[in-house]
Amino acid sequence: MSNKIQWQFPQALEDEAIYILRETAAQFERPAILFSGGKDSITLVRLAQKAFYPGKIPFPLLHVDTGHNFPETIAFRDELVSSLNLDLEVRYVQDSIDQGKVQEETGKYASRNALQTVTLLDAIESLKYDACIGGARRDEEKARAKERIFSVRDEFGQWNAKMQRPELFDMLNGKINLGENVRVFPISNWTELDVWNYIRRENLAIPSIYFSHERPIIERDGMYWPYSAFLNTTASEKPFLGRVRFRTVGDMTCTAAVVSDADKLEDIISEILEAKISERGARIDDKRSEAAMEKRKQAGYF
Amino acid sequence: MEVLHIATSGSVDDGKSTLIGRLLYDTKSITQDKLEAIHAASKRKGLDFTDLSLLTDGLVAEREQGITIDVAHIYFSTPTRKYIIADTPGHIEYTRNMVTGASTAQASLILVDARRGIVEQTFRHFFIANMLRIPYLVVCVNKMDLVDYSEQRFNEIVAEFKQLITGAAFKEQHIVFIPISSLYGENLVTRTEKFSWYQGDTLLEHLEKIDIDPADARHPARFPVQYVIRPRTTAYHDFRGFAGRVASGHIQVGDELVALPSGKTSKVKTIEKFEQQLPAAHAGDSVIITLEDEIDVSRGNLLAIASQPPSSRKEITAGICWMDQQKLVPGKTYLLQHGVNRIKAKVQGIIHVIDVTNNQVIPDKKELGLNDIGTITLKTAQPIFADTFTENPGNGAFILIDEFSNATVAVGFVE
Repeated sequence: MSNKIQWQFPQALEDEAIYILRETAAQFERPAILFSGGKDSITLVRLAQKAFYPGKIPFPLLHVDTGHNFPETIAFRDELVSSLNLDLEVRYVQDSIDQGKVQEETGKYASRNALQTVTLLDAIESLKYDACIGGARRDEEKARAKERIFSVRDEFGQWNAKMQRPELFDMLNGKINLGENVRVFPISNWTELDVWNYIRRENLAIPSIYFSHERPIIERDGMYWPYSAFLNTTASEKPFLGRVRFRTVGDMTCTAAVVSDADKLEDIISEILEAKISERGARIDDKRSEAAMEKRKQAGYF
Repeated sequence: MEVLHIATSGSVDDGKSTLIGRLLYDTKSITQDKLEAIHAASKRKGLDFTDLSLLTDGLVAEREQGITIDVAHIYFSTPTRKYIIADTPGHIEYTRNMVTGASTAQASLILVDARRGIVEQTFRHFFIANMLRIPYLVVCVNKMDLVDYSEQRFNEIVAEFKQLITGAAFKEQHIVFIPISSLYGENLVTRTEKFSWYQGDTLLEHLEKIDIDPADARHPARFPVQYVIRPRTTAYHDFRGFAGRVASGHIQVGDELVALPSGKTSKVKTIEKFEQQLPAAHAGDSVIITLEDEIDVSRGNLLAIASQPPSSRKEITAGICWMDQQKLVPGKTYLLQHGVNRIKAKVQGIIHVIDVTNNQVIPDKKELGLNDIGTITLKTAQPIFADTFTENPGNGAFILIDEFSNATVAVGFVE
């Protein structure tokens, strides 16, 4: 397959996402963008900017900070917020731990990935958000392939896969009862490659960890894990310096690095075109079982 | 790069999942880790082959029961096109999911097992694709390997299918028949000697040639207003832009538009997309329109080309597909959403219910339950400005929402 033509971004995807964002602004009273600092949520911010220009983005950003983020992601987030003059709400998993609502996991695979659902649901409740816009894509994972554009969640944030509202043509039904909320997925139909081609076309800034850099890593289960104070390591796991980049950005405890020299967007895109491993293949949180994602979504994970 | 939406439908044993798996595999769209995961899962289930349906059946309940319950979306691309497959269940009890998955499709793929020929499900699938006015239909006669690649068998099925569809409402639907073996990947992406008698395109060759140019482009311009943009900043103090997506036709700067329901007209001053000013916008484009005059336009209103406005309707006859567990209640008031506009609508009566296995009216049946398709009459609280679905699909469909459960209970087609 010729790589040359794969640089093109399908314009219909942007038109669709803008349509969805405008419906979200119109149908809900307090919508917010769930912002992780990853490429998908950066794409969402750009789409929102384009959907409402020359008006302001009518959504605040909500970031659930696990405390285990890459520092580069947080620095990037703050810069984006100030350059676009956005409203940012941050909620901390550490607070949920201190309140006794969740408990830190133990062992060498301990991560705060599952814990953040509780912090997220608390934030939605206290900030009274009725719609949360997320950057999830259907091509990421098989449970996500079944997700609607407007996905209704009950008071406990639960996703009922068997009782989803049909979505006909482009008509979106965001009617809900008090206490319920909707997860909105404007880039449902984008693939990883579409996102990168969009970032390239729009010339968007992204956190530096997406590009090749040197950092201490350890090898575990055939993957390279970023070495940090948050990672529980065994005596035999010795950190060493590697030239790597991240294909997806989650926590430092659940995102594996790939060995790469790609330091330009073009190189990243070529790398994806040739990759033998899928994007979420580097997500340690998905490896827990075949239905790991579906189970987390039922519990309110986005 | 263009996007082509395809709808597929069928049950596990007709080879649909294998076909999709094969398309992904042959266009190099599955990564090795996903393939290995499916291989391992197939082994755990005691299968001696790699069950590619595990790729598309994403829910625990689906994998348990070996059936497809809900629409799955699958993506692959070729150098020229991005393809989105809405893979829907074929069982009668999931008709609503079939309609959902097919509603956005430009091409519908129907699988026929060469040994069994046309079955009830084939017709139901065809009926829905025809009702939704999907421009392209591709009938894949599958498992040709099991009938010795027989040209005669293929021709029999083609003849049987053509016989079956003589009563179809949407006669302009473009239909092709392709003999394939999805198990061996024959005539999907690559050709084989075994089909020396077949001169037509492979499935992918055919899909690559489908004209995506939306049929909506030929219809009169319709622009449902989603959101009014009024920045009220110093730089844009008097800016008042109407944000929306062109539902059909095209709009140019200078065109005279009528705002509905007010009936006031004005000319298009600018068409904008972020920092760009455009000379025109076409069906599917999300843009902002500003007008020469200060006329009253708000969310849910329709801007239409003044020379060909849609008619105002308060009494509506509509084809309907019911999608809720709770039956339609005649005399009940529902919310009718036409595009982005919601109004109250009362169901006046059920005219008839159709048997989707033979396109005949079911005598004496006067109720619409889950998955039933029929015709009803409605009366709306305010007029809607719809075209008939036959004339202009982009402005001729609506959904019904139950005011109490908030569920989307039906999709309707204005007649």
